[in-house]
Amino acid sequence: MFLEQLVSHARKGDRRALARLLSSIENGETVLESEIDESDDWRILALTGPPGVGKSCLLDRLLHVWTNDGMKIGVLAVDPSSPRSGGALLGDRVRMTVVDHPEKKDLVYVRSVATRKSSGSVPSVVQEMASCLLMTGWDRVIIETVGAGQSEVRCAAVADRIVLIEGPARGDGVQAEKAGLLELADAILVNKSDLPGAERHANELRESLQLGNPTPPEVQLVSALRGDGIDEAASLLMELKQTSRAERARWRERILSHHERQILNHSQFNDILTNLEKGLIGFDEAYVKLRAEDE
Amino acid sequence: MDKPLRIIIAKPGLDGHDRGAKVVARALRDAGHEVIYTGLRRTPAQIIETVRDEDARLLGLSSLSGAHGHLFPRICETLRENDMGDVIVFGGGIIPEDDREALFQAGVKAIFGPGTSTEEMVAFIETAVERNDAGVGSDTGWHWTGLS
Repeated sequence: MFLEQLVSHARKGDRRALARLLSSIENGETVLESEIDESDDWRILALTGPPGVGKSCLLDRLLHVWTNDGMKIGVLAVDPSSPRSGGALLGDRVRMTVVDHPEKKDLVYVRSVATRKSSGSVPSVVQEMASCLLMTGWDRVIIETVGAGQSEVRCAAVADRIVLIEGPARGDGVQAEKAGLLELADAILVNKSDLPGAERHANELRESLQLGNPTPPEVQLVSALRGDGIDEAASLLMELKQTSRAERARWRERILSHHERQILNHSQFNDILTNLEKGLIGFDEAYVKLRAEDE
Repeated sequence: MDKPLRIIIAKPGLDGHDRGAKVVARALRDAGHEVIYTGLRRTPAQIIETVRDEDARLLGLSSLSGAHGHLFPRICETLRENDMGDVIVFGGGIIPEDDREALFQAGVKAIFGPGTSTEEMVAFIETAVERNDAGVGSDTGWHWTGLS
């Protein structure tokens, strides 16, 4: 009953109700049925890339353009939790100027999310939070991942499209040939085009992606600082089609993500960790317990 | 499942120093909470929108500019007007002893000046969330009086 009220208020535009609903999903207290959307357009897009390449600033610029047409966009900005204390400092919001814009702030909802116990750059519960935004009247959802390394492809589990943000001075041409995240991206934006080396890096990426791929993803140069290339990038991303090569990897990440979450949410997870730490049980026994049905 | 507390640390008004706010944010992070820092020079309206959108249970206000007597009560009032009376508000910075009673009256539940230990702040937060009269909308008169 309480849940239905929250959903209905959130649908009417009550942002406090929406925020509470998202918290209860994040805390595992509420499970919403997600409606599968079969349309060609994406609903959930992940922005990912290494720390410090300008993901938040670039997203802020893109939001300013997308909201010009009145589109309502929800943002889930993920930052890491401390593995020691479990706490987190969530700082993506500081970069968002669009939430203070008098005409645009009602069109954008930004929510900071901590990874909590999850190991990837996006906790799998973010998918449910994104579905919640979609079912309460938000047109599209952008997930900004934790600053992600080369092999961090967990965002594939939760998003319809993946956009990789790169920057200059990110290594030589060999870096661009390496496997990993780059292979799953549906488009690549090379940010900081105002700095030397950005154009060369973009060319190296293009060259690498063209090899053996008849329809390589677009590589575009942008500068979140100056605003160069933002309009072009905004339309590229809005119309982005899925590059089919990632389908298998997506399912793989979804399965892994689901598996991890089941183990992390196991009611005895902390007790089992403590017992392992004290040497009371062995690893095999612990793993069998965690995989057993939770009562 | 254990839930970390969501806490906003905000800098209202025209004051450009946030070392203190960052130290507090960091201490609360290390105590296992999820802290969202707003950045400098926020208006009361912006701060309240952040509390609302981020579903924060607590709001920490830092002011070194002397405008606390105007800004803190205004923020408390706006929270109550917007049906957010359950949010717990605490403050810090340069707040003279003589100004504190008025801020407690306005709904601020703790004031932490220079030299406060981070342990005390964490103790306040843990005490406040267990009480049902620590929200800015509550008028039982309770406020933090230091570690006993």
